[in-house]
Amino acid sequence: MPNFTFILNGETTTVDAPADMAMLWVLRDMLGVTGPKYGCGVGVCQACTSHLDGGAFQPCITPVSECAARVITTIEGLAVGEILHPVQQAWIDEDVAQCGYCQAGQIMAAVALLASNPNPTDADIDTLENVCRCGTYVRIRKAIKRAAAG
Amino acid sequence: MSNQIIDPGRWVGEEGDPDTQEVTRRRVLAYLVAAPVLTIAVKVVDSVVGADPAGATPGLPDIFDLTDAITLAALPTMGLLVVEITPQNRVIVRLPREEVGQGLTTSFAQIVADELGARLSDTEVVLEDARPELLFNQLTGGSNSIHALYGPMRDAAAAARARLITAAAQQWGVPAGSLAAANTAVTGSGRSATFGELTTAAAGVLIPAVPATRKDPSQFTLIGQPTNRVDARDVVTGRVKYANDLDVPGAKPTVVARPPTIKGTVAAVANEAAVRAMPGVLGVARVPSGVAVMAETFDQALKARDALVITWNPGPLAGLSDPQIRNQLQAGALPFVVPPLGVLAIDRSFDFAFLPHAPLETLNCVADVRADRAEIWVPSKAPIAAAAKVAEAVGLPASAVTLHVIRAGGSFGRRLFPDAAVDAAQCSEALGRPVKLLYTRADDMHHGRMRPASHHKIRATHLLGNVLAFEHRMAAIELDLGHGLGDALTAVGFDLLKFGGGKTVHQLTQKVPYNFGVETQLLNDVFLPFPTSPWRSIYSGQAATANEIMVDEIARGLRKDPVAFRRQTLTLGRARAVLDKVASAGQWGRAMPAGTAQGVAMWEEYKGVVAFLAEIDCRDRAKPRVTKGVCAVDVGRAVNPTGLAAQMQGAFTDGISATLQAGVHIDNGAVRESSYTDFRYARMRHSALEVAVHVMPPTGEPGGSGELGYPAAAAAVANAYARATGTLPTSFPIAG
Repeated sequence: MPNFTFILNGETTTVDAPADMAMLWVLRDMLGVTGPKYGCGVGVCQACTSHLDGGAFQPCITPVSECAARVITTIEGLAVGEILHPVQQAWIDEDVAQCGYCQAGQIMAAVALLASNPNPTDADIDTLENVCRCGTYVRIRKAIKRAAAG
Repeated sequence: MSNQIIDPGRWVGEEGDPDTQEVTRRRVLAYLVAAPVLTIAVKVVDSVVGADPAGATPGLPDIFDLTDAITLAALPTMGLLVVEITPQNRVIVRLPREEVGQGLTTSFAQIVADELGARLSDTEVVLEDARPELLFNQLTGGSNSIHALYGPMRDAAAAARARLITAAAQQWGVPAGSLAAANTAVTGSGRSATFGELTTAAAGVLIPAVPATRKDPSQFTLIGQPTNRVDARDVVTGRVKYANDLDVPGAKPTVVARPPTIKGTVAAVANEAAVRAMPGVLGVARVPSGVAVMAETFDQALKARDALVITWNPGPLAGLSDPQIRNQLQAGALPFVVPPLGVLAIDRSFDFAFLPHAPLETLNCVADVRADRAEIWVPSKAPIAAAAKVAEAVGLPASAVTLHVIRAGGSFGRRLFPDAAVDAAQCSEALGRPVKLLYTRADDMHHGRMRPASHHKIRATHLLGNVLAFEHRMAAIELDLGHGLGDALTAVGFDLLKFGGGKTVHQLTQKVPYNFGVETQLLNDVFLPFPTSPWRSIYSGQAATANEIMVDEIARGLRKDPVAFRRQTLTLGRARAVLDKVASAGQWGRAMPAGTAQGVAMWEEYKGVVAFLAEIDCRDRAKPRVTKGVCAVDVGRAVNPTGLAAQMQGAFTDGISATLQAGVHIDNGAVRESSYTDFRYARMRHSALEVAVHVMPPTGEPGGSGELGYPAAAAAVANAYARATGTLPTSFPIAG
């Protein structure tokens, strides 16, 4: 099997995997990085949302070959040591999570949104596709606005 | 018969002096466990006998409801709740319940820390493994956990506090009465010691020198305070471990090729050897649910599964589709008693589609089955029943099964059943190795459980502006209650063989909160072997939702304002208070553009009352958008108003989803939908921009909240839709 090398949460990482292996399983089954969650496997629920070169992507539908020589950040790599990213802190301050299963993906999607659009409108926030089956959307919206307000 | 039931609300969770109770059905005793560090357990010392609720007449929920029934079943084993103080100054609470996102670990940390005098940050709630000796006290359902355990948990904490204070008094040679517990330490007489420093000595205090009584609510420091989730930081950093995140040695990724129809079976596998030879594949085996494939990674397991060529036998529902199911349901509703009286009768009927729970974490389980024992890691709300089913499935004695309860990524009723645990155990047995079983989303949608589809016909008969009779006939696909709730109900005297589990639960939960004269609400089961499970609010999810839509219809028929009509006919002051609150806070009746409207609804259950006001914009009929929600909720006493508000906000999103757009279809004995693409649970763009939740001041002791909000939320959305469009929705989801 071919080797693929990428930067994962700040560390150079090499895996020996089939080129078409979904990155979600590379992360979870080969590297033990379990923050990105399986929710649908077809890029719809977006629970696995992480960052590829700073932009949101769904590892469940992205083959490992597309990640070669690129920078991947999962929820585990978002905080700097014990210092939380402002979006993570906003999530705590707004007490967003219920079951918590989708929230890593929600946070990573929000971080990517704010990176490209620092002051999103309600309509901009409405473009987020991540499913939260506990229905925490109203608090997610508030947390994004809180993070945007700095 | 019903007048013989002594108010069960006094048996549990009450303050007050037990001596004043005419019959001492409940006496919670906190006792010291022999251990090197302070460990307190509680138990109920007087047996619970006497009630015969099974023979009661309609109207039962007034005095004895599902909350009481589950609480009553749990009482005899309260003794196994444990609070422990470690030398490291940690307060460990072993909770025989599941955390599914409803926030129990936060609420019980508040309850114990407050009563004990500990800091919240020093208090940790851990989920107890399945403990068969807990009988019916390890069922997380019926929104019962806080109601049932609030009092006993405080008793345990109070007993621990008294012993810690006594230990300090003995060490310092001062009167115990001069000392107090706060911030996880005992202080007084100019000295201070942490609980951790005192725990070994406190473990030897047989008789505390200060009363081990519960605090007066006026002294609460944490109970009732808005409190953010204790696990919030772990959630936002990705540290929370769900069952499939666990690194159980040797457990390998496993998926099952499942039949195209519900409960179909394998006829033949054409290429088992070829699939076995695929990269990474560790095993292929026939299991009752299909063909299991184990591999080094899920990527390989899924590819191998997809490569299998299987011939399937159709399941027992093959040939059955929505139109036939709807016909059977409509034919199944029992007749009304009151004849139609022309203009005096308002008749409406409603249909609800099957509704999957679709928690974001699909069904999954880690199982390690050996010849003489089995170990299971699974999100489970009924772990004792799950362990028993696993034992039965793999031919082991129940005592040989260890089942670890892992927090769940949502449930909504789905995790009451042991399906994933049994499936995983059978895979492990067949493959001869520990398995990490995952249902794909499509597996979960096609072979998971659902809220039963139902048909409702409702007749209100009125005269001179008053409702004289209210009749509701519900026909539903039989609801499976074989997860332990049925056993719990049997244990407290319900004859389920005679009445049926569904009818019993229906009777325990269905009661309109209005003076509607003669009220009869009857359920008729339609027996089709669909996999069903209670869905948030059980029967109320459909029955109470339909009733609240009907209340608007009655008001319209009587030319009355929906809020004014409810105010006039509500039976409880608490209910009027929440209604008034949403009407004022939500500016009921404010001028709104054509095509937009407000709707209101309420519900009373689980010892609580709730009202919702929804605003909807239907100017684009194809894309109705709920823009705002206002909720007022009275659960007796909110342990954590922030968490309570979260439950109401989540219920509102559920109400938007199930009322407007989310349900599933049955085609030829199979579920049509496969994922969130076609099962259209709300996204951000469908959710309200704002949902204000007003938590009412305490009116008593804590009731339940997880399931309280849904029926009122769903009906408020439906009522707003009807008022905005001028069209009464009668089939849900409205989008079809």
